[in-house]
Amino acid sequence: MAGSFSRDVIATIGLTVVVIWILPYVISTFTITVLIVYGLLGLSLGLVWGYGGILCFGQAVFFGIGAYTYAISAINIGESTLPMLLSIIVPSLFAALLGAMMFYGRLTDVYLGVITLVVTLIFYRFINSTAGPHYKIGNAQLGGFNGIPGFQTLNIPGQPSSYIWGDGYFYFCAVVLAIVYLGVSILLRSDFGRIIVGIRENETRMSLLGYDVRARKTILFAIGGGIAGLSGALFANWGEIVTPSVFSLGQSAEIILWCIVGGLGTRFGPILGAAGLSYLKFLLGQQSFVDNTLITGLILVFFVLFLPKGIVPTIVNVWDLKFGRLLSDRFQKPRRNRKLRLNG
Amino acid sequence: MDYFFVILIEILYSIASLVLIGAGLAIIFGMMKVINLAHGEFMMLGGYVTITSVNYGINIFLSILIIAPATVGLIGLVVERLVIRNLYGRLVDTMLATWGLSLFFIGVVTMIFGNTTTGISTPIPGFSIGTYQVGGYNIFIIMISAFLLISAYFILKKTRAGLIARGSMQSAEIASALGYSHDRVYMMTFFCGSALTGLAGAVLAPLVGLVPSSGGAYIAKAFITVIAGGPSLVVGLVSSASLFGIVNQLFTFLYSPVVGEVALLVAAVILLRLLPRGITGSFFKDRL
Repeated sequence: MAGSFSRDVIATIGLTVVVIWILPYVISTFTITVLIVYGLLGLSLGLVWGYGGILCFGQAVFFGIGAYTYAISAINIGESTLPMLLSIIVPSLFAALLGAMMFYGRLTDVYLGVITLVVTLIFYRFINSTAGPHYKIGNAQLGGFNGIPGFQTLNIPGQPSSYIWGDGYFYFCAVVLAIVYLGVSILLRSDFGRIIVGIRENETRMSLLGYDVRARKTILFAIGGGIAGLSGALFANWGEIVTPSVFSLGQSAEIILWCIVGGLGTRFGPILGAAGLSYLKFLLGQQSFVDNTLITGLILVFFVLFLPKGIVPTIVNVWDLKFGRLLSDRFQKPRRNRKLRLNG
Repeated sequence: MDYFFVILIEILYSIASLVLIGAGLAIIFGMMKVINLAHGEFMMLGGYVTITSVNYGINIFLSILIIAPATVGLIGLVVERLVIRNLYGRLVDTMLATWGLSLFFIGVVTMIFGNTTTGISTPIPGFSIGTYQVGGYNIFIIMISAFLLISAYFILKKTRAGLIARGSMQSAEIASALGYSHDRVYMMTFFCGSALTGLAGAVLAPLVGLVPSSGGAYIAKAFITVIAGGPSLVVGLVSSASLFGIVNQLFTFLYSPVVGEVALLVAAVILLRLLPRGITGSFFKDRL
């Protein structure tokens, strides 16, 4: 296993270098930055859903909490290092709390989906209604529908006036994504990761083997929440404004769509799905002939009906059939289909 | 005393609208175990059909009670044949496919009607109790949902069609061994559920300004009501709608409509945590 991990590291570094060097010739760095941020968000649900089997309809909640935490604390502190850390810690704690409530209540699939959906709605409604001047945390007005503009954006730690922006910010995001990706790889290779995959495959069996399923699911959920929060903070920095739309159901739907299209049970799939579909949406946004939502919907239906495993696993399968098992270690294939996993 | 009556009507109205919103989903999810995330969009379509046909000069009650349910029922039929039929038993996949459908419908309606608010005025004038003004249309909604509940109970319990439907849902194999094609039963059930959903959307249309994305406002309420209701169809729907309706109106009166909405959602989360199998999973067992 050690050999294939070092191959993982090399592949990640190689890919990061390619992205940083080549892609700016094709797409503007401003656009790639947000694609990378969405990739990070896709990875967070890819971890929770693809490896933990927890279908969370409200990953946007943690994304939004991360963005709002960053904006609010950046206004109050005036420097970006602590807000960045807070925007990982706060969503992660909230995810742990929500996860503990759900998993210790032994809630499964449908109920889990409904509760996460409802929590998303609660945040969306609440934040949208905070327009009045009395809704403020420290110096930060919550701003309701208009969101929070004008906060301190990312700066070099300790020097509030030297901002990281433009190309520099693009490099920063790419490196963050590579580091998180490697972190997720290490996590999945650890004992914890293996047990999590075991829980996805058969929860009862794992708990009968003596593993505390509920605690592990809660921890995984919290890790996923933390990653989503980090991507929220990066998104806030990119857009320089946070609005309630980060909490919207559409946002949650998109994250799920990225994972389905890219491929569940892979690490790279959700990132590819996120970046690819967001770029497609960006391109479609430049024309007004066909409505954007319509195409998103069609893609989702098409993939569920005809390509339920997603792009990356399908490509890996075809590749395997043609060229043997050259690549199969790198992209771990989902071992069972989603239907069976639900019954487990 | 007048004030008491007004509050009573408001609470009844709140319950009735939850029953209406949930009814179609209760049939589609409660009986067929298909999670229809396009439920809100079916309601939105019902609303648009009503508004369009009223604008073409058709009588409003005719459009609400007949045209909208029939149209949305047919759309549901097509959706069932093309998509959902392939996904029975795959809970998560149906959920995702119907989410895709909901986005698709939003897109289609946006392309046809544009992203603007449309609406019609309520056909029934309000009346006053003492010094308070009450919407007459609210009474109409209360009556419609009471009628729906009673007829749903009657059809499922007393008619042969209801018996076959319930039998197929309990055990598709035995039903088909007895000569009832479960494929057709599922199709008809989905049609009825969609038609009911269209009716709900049409009935509520005069009260709201419709935009292509207004389905999203219904979907969460519908799901909460149906899932918190639990396995029994009619009793579950009534009990959870009553609970949430009262919570909603209480907090709306005490604070504001937004707090009322949030209180409803929070109540749902707490209820699902305490009774994960829904109200009728623990109380009123084995009722219909």
